[in-house]
Amino acid sequence: MINFSYTIWILLLPFLMFLLLGLAGHRLKPKLSGLIGTGGLGIITLLSYITAYKYFFTSEKVDEAYQKITALNFTWLQFTDKLHIDMGILLDPISVMMIIVVTTVSFMVHIYSLGYMKGEKGFERFFAFLSLFSFSMLGLVLATNIFQMYIFWELVGVSSFLLIGFYYEKPSAVRASKKAFIVTRFADLGFLIGILILSFNTKTFDFITLTNPTGSAITQGGGIAFLGLSVMTWSMIFVFMGGVGKSAMFPFHIWLPDAMEGPTPVSALIHAATMVVAGVYLVARMFPIYAISAPVALHIVAYVGAFSSLFAAIIACTQTDIKRVLAYSTMSQIGYMMLALGVSGYGGHEGLGYMASMFHLFAHAMFKALLFLGAGAIIHAVHSNDMTDMGGLRKYLPITHITFLIACLTIAGIPPLSGFFSKDEILAAAFNSNKVLFAVEYAVAGLTAFYMFRLYFNIFWGKETHYHHEPHEAPFTMTIPLIILAFGSVVTGFIPFNKLVTSDGKMFESEIELAVAIPSVLIGLLGIGIAYIMYRKESTISDRLVARFKYGYKWAYNKFYIDELYLFVTKKIIFRYISEPVAWFDRHVVDATMNSIANVTQNVSFRIRGFQSGQLQKYAFVFISGAIMLAILFIYLWK
Amino acid sequence: MNSGIPLQYFLILATLMFFAGVYGFLTRRNLITILMSVELILNSVNINFLAFNRYLYPHKLEGMFFSIFVIAVAASEAAVAIAIIINIYRRFTTINVEDVNEMKF
Repeated sequence: MINFSYTIWILLLPFLMFLLLGLAGHRLKPKLSGLIGTGGLGIITLLSYITAYKYFFTSEKVDEAYQKITALNFTWLQFTDKLHIDMGILLDPISVMMIIVVTTVSFMVHIYSLGYMKGEKGFERFFAFLSLFSFSMLGLVLATNIFQMYIFWELVGVSSFLLIGFYYEKPSAVRASKKAFIVTRFADLGFLIGILILSFNTKTFDFITLTNPTGSAITQGGGIAFLGLSVMTWSMIFVFMGGVGKSAMFPFHIWLPDAMEGPTPVSALIHAATMVVAGVYLVARMFPIYAISAPVALHIVAYVGAFSSLFAAIIACTQTDIKRVLAYSTMSQIGYMMLALGVSGYGGHEGLGYMASMFHLFAHAMFKALLFLGAGAIIHAVHSNDMTDMGGLRKYLPITHITFLIACLTIAGIPPLSGFFSKDEILAAAFNSNKVLFAVEYAVAGLTAFYMFRLYFNIFWGKETHYHHEPHEAPFTMTIPLIILAFGSVVTGFIPFNKLVTSDGKMFESEIELAVAIPSVLIGLLGIGIAYIMYRKESTISDRLVARFKYGYKWAYNKFYIDELYLFVTKKIIFRYISEPVAWFDRHVVDATMNSIANVTQNVSFRIRGFQSGQLQKYAFVFISGAIMLAILFIYLWK
Repeated sequence: MNSGIPLQYFLILATLMFFAGVYGFLTRRNLITILMSVELILNSVNINFLAFNRYLYPHKLEGMFFSIFVIAVAASEAAVAIAIIINIYRRFTTINVEDVNEMKF
């Protein structure tokens, strides 16, 4: 048994950094606080790599399976003998994988921010918030029980809120941060209900007990049925609702595109690589319950994922703000991960989808962070988010150009880059279980290649644009993370995930299925080809297509009017028919009662305050007459 | 039991003194006079103590001691009251009780 108790520092260090930078940051020089943040995160990254090495290669396996190790646990709130909320650190293949993802991307983003945020107001505040985010995200993935996960889940939401609203003088950023917070908070209500039902039913919060496939939670859970589904299924559906909110799946996706108001490194870290995959991680964490005792909930996961990925891919084809294209692409890729979990079974080769989902999560974190950081470098050079302002940038930004191209090829699924392997596994898993979902995802693969290369050609090729001032390559602090992440996108494809991260901890054999791989590469190439014809040079094909499918284009460009629908429901229906009567009742009945009591008291006291005249002898007169009257009363009348 | 002045006479005297004191307390405007009225009230009580002690329990001394006690209290009270009056005079340059009326609404 290896001692993993040092992993507490993975959690404590970012928290201490947050306290240091948050409380004393304004006294430090901005550069120093940036270096403290980055250096601290470097140490944490190192610690997580050591942990991963020790966990995967030196820890003992029981029955060929990686064990769940509780590195640290202490009781935090003891309610009764049996019911208590713990705080601790749980190490298992997915949590160890996630700390690698979180620390790596976070470290890259820290280095990048040193260059990108240079000279911004609130530089040290930015690093304090980044540390808070790293702390809460690491706490989320290392949680030993579902309640601890929920606490950190909310903390992640808060840090996301703070970072989206980083430019708090900009009204749009403030609106976006509020929107993100409220929408995810609303979804988290479902998560909380799910936790309550689940723990009421199983009498435990602990993940190890909950997800033990032969344990009482799974075999005995969910006796009673409601509306044809077992209680366990209902609780899993509610828990998934939290995941839907955090991972920006349909119908709670509306906050993610607006969240792009935050600084670009934040978009890369939170809204592409780490926080938004928390929903996927949640489903993966509870996977044995989903797979064994709540298959209906798992189907919902699959369909929500598939629909979101198609929906987002269509919108992404029409947007012109480069960060929004990437945001919809993120949503689409997370849909892929959800779908992969949804079509997966538990154990052995059945768990292919689970493995593929985690694989895609890992690969996606690398290449999507790379895409966002590349977009940041472009925005830094051009001072615009809109791809219509760009064109021909390959001459000005050579390093960004090459790394961006690698990322685009990766997401399009071109071998031998990581996206090819992970997407292939997902498509294979979908093919084995549900042909309709497979067809949807196959189409999305083509769309993905198309919109990514539409973006790429519009930015780096296309028309020659005249810039007010010559765009120049970003400083080395920004290009180094790009290069490292590009390297990561290339090599992660060769990590043997089927040996390391599987649904039951045991390795299984998997190989590339050519029947799926060849068509998926072909459709990727087709998408790239169409994008090449339409956007490589200035051409009128795209305009003619837009004119042909005018209404469809308009719908997709306006994101299928989902935002408007939400506004209609909230403003026209909920506000008018529920909130306004309630507000009227509050103002005219509840408040009015209280106000009248106060008014009566005030009027009476105005009337009688004249008694307090300050004249000593008046008081004495009243006192003595009272005494005499009492004396008369007692002597003559009280018989 | 006792020849001489009957008890009622003492009580009547004490009552007259008491109400004279109360009247003075309520009607005089000068703080010194008010203080004197308070002394009058206290002394009327003293007379009561002594008269009852003499007529009801002639072999005991509680009434006597109590009246001595009251005299001692009255003396210290006069010292404190005059100190207060001096301070009031310094603050308001008057010892008219009607002008000292800051403690009101």
